[in-house]
Amino acid sequence: MMADLMIANFTPAFSQALPQSVDYLRVLPEIVLSIFGMIVMMLEPLLDESRSQKLLATIALLGTLAGLGASWVMAQSPGLAFWNMVQVDSFSIFFHVLVIAIAAVVILTSFEYMAVQRIRAGEYYALILFGTVGMALMSSAVELVLIFIALEISSISSYVLTGFRRNDAASAEASLKYFLLGSFATAFFLYGIALMFGATGSTNIDQITKNLQAGPLPMLAYVAVAFMFVGLGFKVAAAPFHVWTPDVYEGAPAPIVGLMSTAPKAAAFAVLLRVIFVIHVPGGLWLIWVAAALSMTLGNLCAVVQSNVKRLLAYSSIAHAGYLLVAFAAAPELGASAAMFYTASYAAMNLGAFAVVSHFANAGERYVTLEDYEGLGRSSPLLAAALTIFLLSLIGIPMTGGFFAKFYVFSAAMKAHLIWLTIIGVVNSGVGAYYYLRIMVMMYMREARKPVPVTLVPVTLGLALATCLAATIYLGVLPDSVLRYTQGSAQQLVHQAPETSAPTRVSANF
Amino acid sequence: MNTDLFSSAILTLITFAPLAGGLLLVLAPRRDRDIRIFALVVSLLTFVLSLHLPVYFHRAQTGFQYQVDKPWVSTPNIHYHMGVDGISLWLVVLTTFLTPLCVLISWKSIHERTKEFFILLLVLETALIGVFTSLDLFLFYFFWEATLIPMALLIGIFGHERKVYAAVKFFMYTMIGSVFMLAAILWLYAHTGSFDFVVVRDQIMSGAVPQFPAAAQWLFLGFFLAFAVKVPLFPFHTWLPDAHVEAPTAGSVLLAGVLLKMGTYGLLRFNLGLFPEQARRNAPWIMALALIGIIYGALVAMVQPNMKKLIAYSSVSHLGFVVLGIFSFTQAGLNGAMFVMLAHGISTGGLFMLSGILHERRHTYEISEFGGLASPMPLYAASYLFIVLASAGLPLLNGFIGEFLVMSGAFQDKAVYGILAATGIIWSAIYLLWMYQRVFYGKVTHAVNNSLLDLSGFEKLAVWPCALVALVMGVAPIMWLGAIDPAVQAALTPFVSVASRMVGR
Repeated sequence: MMADLMIANFTPAFSQALPQSVDYLRVLPEIVLSIFGMIVMMLEPLLDESRSQKLLATIALLGTLAGLGASWVMAQSPGLAFWNMVQVDSFSIFFHVLVIAIAAVVILTSFEYMAVQRIRAGEYYALILFGTVGMALMSSAVELVLIFIALEISSISSYVLTGFRRNDAASAEASLKYFLLGSFATAFFLYGIALMFGATGSTNIDQITKNLQAGPLPMLAYVAVAFMFVGLGFKVAAAPFHVWTPDVYEGAPAPIVGLMSTAPKAAAFAVLLRVIFVIHVPGGLWLIWVAAALSMTLGNLCAVVQSNVKRLLAYSSIAHAGYLLVAFAAAPELGASAAMFYTASYAAMNLGAFAVVSHFANAGERYVTLEDYEGLGRSSPLLAAALTIFLLSLIGIPMTGGFFAKFYVFSAAMKAHLIWLTIIGVVNSGVGAYYYLRIMVMMYMREARKPVPVTLVPVTLGLALATCLAATIYLGVLPDSVLRYTQGSAQQLVHQAPETSAPTRVSANF
Repeated sequence: MNTDLFSSAILTLITFAPLAGGLLLVLAPRRDRDIRIFALVVSLLTFVLSLHLPVYFHRAQTGFQYQVDKPWVSTPNIHYHMGVDGISLWLVVLTTFLTPLCVLISWKSIHERTKEFFILLLVLETALIGVFTSLDLFLFYFFWEATLIPMALLIGIFGHERKVYAAVKFFMYTMIGSVFMLAAILWLYAHTGSFDFVVVRDQIMSGAVPQFPAAAQWLFLGFFLAFAVKVPLFPFHTWLPDAHVEAPTAGSVLLAGVLLKMGTYGLLRFNLGLFPEQARRNAPWIMALALIGIIYGALVAMVQPNMKKLIAYSSVSHLGFVVLGIFSFTQAGLNGAMFVMLAHGISTGGLFMLSGILHERRHTYEISEFGGLASPMPLYAASYLFIVLASAGLPLLNGFIGEFLVMSGAFQDKAVYGILAATGIIWSAIYLLWMYQRVFYGKVTHAVNNSLLDLSGFEKLAVWPCALVALVMGVAPIMWLGAIDPAVQAALTPFVSVASRMVGR
């Protein structure tokens, strides 16, 4: 019955002509990435396995660069596409660029990893590209069903990528756990969409907004937003939907953890921004308040006792999801802009940190405990210095992107009079300093007790690290241009809720 | 050169010259001697540049001078706004004065990871100067937090046995203290739309800030907590002895000489400047804490078997004087507080250098390990005595003037404050002179001490300037107070109803 109704809803659209060429321009990055993904996949069987890895990785990297170029082309023609299902605005452009750039950096860090792990590269790089398509689409889709499809594209590729270390039980366990819990969470999201359709008779975000503004708010809309929040809360690893995170991060290949902890999160936050701020169900923010406070506190407290660096960073990412959610509880405009800035700087610093972890684990996932980091400051000073800068940024020390991100989020929260949430946040960021500091203590203030082999940093990884470092420091010293961009797109996002025209409420006879 | 242009650029130059030096050092090859010389040159250059400030300072003028105000981030409205008044002026000079001495005292004692050490030292100097020169609340917090990392690393990498514990404790204490200040700064920004200290202050004074009366007490406490941990005021002082004992000598010198002053400077600038109402209301218990700090710090110092710990606790006691002077809201008290800050920076810096010299020779700070050192090390003993007397507040040396002014301020406020504070001076004479007696007088108790070398060239260069400045400050305090007094009067304008007639000269 639902399908009937949806088709009924689309009827006017179907009466239009076929998609215009500009429609394709507005999903150009997705098209380009898919094509490159397919090239990678189809080339793999034709190539000699020993030599294929570098070539495929290079093609995938070119794909992301082409994707970035395509995003620029896409940015030239903002507007709606494919019968109001996809929207190109500065908001979606921001997340396109962010997600594709993350994929590029992850591919750069994977060069070394794949060589050591001897994984067949074709599927791996193809899946990264396909996952990126899903994530990019999530940020530009304004039709809930399309968002769901994009979410599934990105999720399924991350489930598979998590289990890529086939011979390792931890990796298989992580993959299965992620898959089971993840599909449960996406079901919640889907259920939320269904309920929203029941409440408003539409699955298009603009239409939903219009319909909600037209009449009294149906109770069902609250429930729908809550369900969608549960589904997305899982994707961003916010407490209390975070239990999968440490196990999955521990088991998954290190470069993939870097990807998982940034890109799908950014995309999920983009969806959440649209759901929370565009649909704008007033008064439902206590849910976010609680999730933010819980994530920050649980994440930080659990991270303090970890001895595995990957698990530690997993809990840290939970805490950071909490800081980010603080922005969602704030006023729409400032909050959205703060959240966008935070996702960008979090991506830079966390990717960098995982790139170092990935290299240092000798790409064999062997050296991942805190003890292994003893004396790293002496044995490979440059690597240690890079990690230190990323950790300082994660703490939120001045001159780094993490500082401005936190500052901006908390300042948005303070503007919205969320004094207690701000205080919980700042205290947490104080406590959180402890466990990042532990890694630094290990690197600089302890002597190595057991020999840990130090391998040369390959050029590709160096490039990835340099990118992350440059982004982290740039966002910390000259945040102005990025801030202005996020503010502009946040304004656009919040005010794009159309003026209440005549309510065209489809009566849903459920 | 156009003097106006230079005047507006001078603070930027002073603040970032050490950082630039540090960055150049990153690229430098690991030749220890060259690195040391380079660090010395950079820090001396910064000192010379900073002398421009007092020389061209308009003493009669209140308000901030050498200002530079450029937009940095458009929204949130953050400015690169710097400037100094009579209060921060001398703290900047104190920082730039102590840093070259730190380089000299570390000349021989740091022989591993020399490059990292001097980079951290120079970066720390930039952050410290930035704290005193920034007039934008964001910028201030920025530098405030930036001091943490180099200091923690200096303690944690170059410190003694329990260095990691001390470094982490130092970091966590100050970090957690300062996040409350961050919350307060964010509240102020949310309600005034500005981070600019002057703008925020004027808005508060004119009553234009919505909801301010309800929040003021919490804001006051937010700032206060951050500063009280840094000062450190009793009962937030427990990180200090650990940090001091474990830190390398140069770290201790900057920690005691400058970092602690960040706290008292903050109290003076922000707690008094932004929240005069609340400062007055909270003064009784803060002064009580300061008095407890003075007496408790002194008593604990007395029983320390460890020389460096003794000096650390003496800092708790001396900084109690500063807080007491600040919260007496009298001209004499504030002038005195400022003067004690400077005097303590010089004399405690000197004491830490001297005990570091001893540690280098014997690798211990235990007082019982020494005795009768006056005969093998006469120059050292004489210098030590000079600094000890300065620290104990002997007239004609720098400690006396400040403490005298603070006490006269405290007496004007309430006689009992003055009386209790006065006992602190007696205590300080007791613990310092007793320590001196045990270390230097009598016969040499341990044979190994007979062969100790006297001060070397570098050590003389590091210690004697402190002694010289201590003397000049004691004889001609007006050179300092002339600039301090107008600033203090300006800071007291909100309290003018009670400001004393007595000019602190």
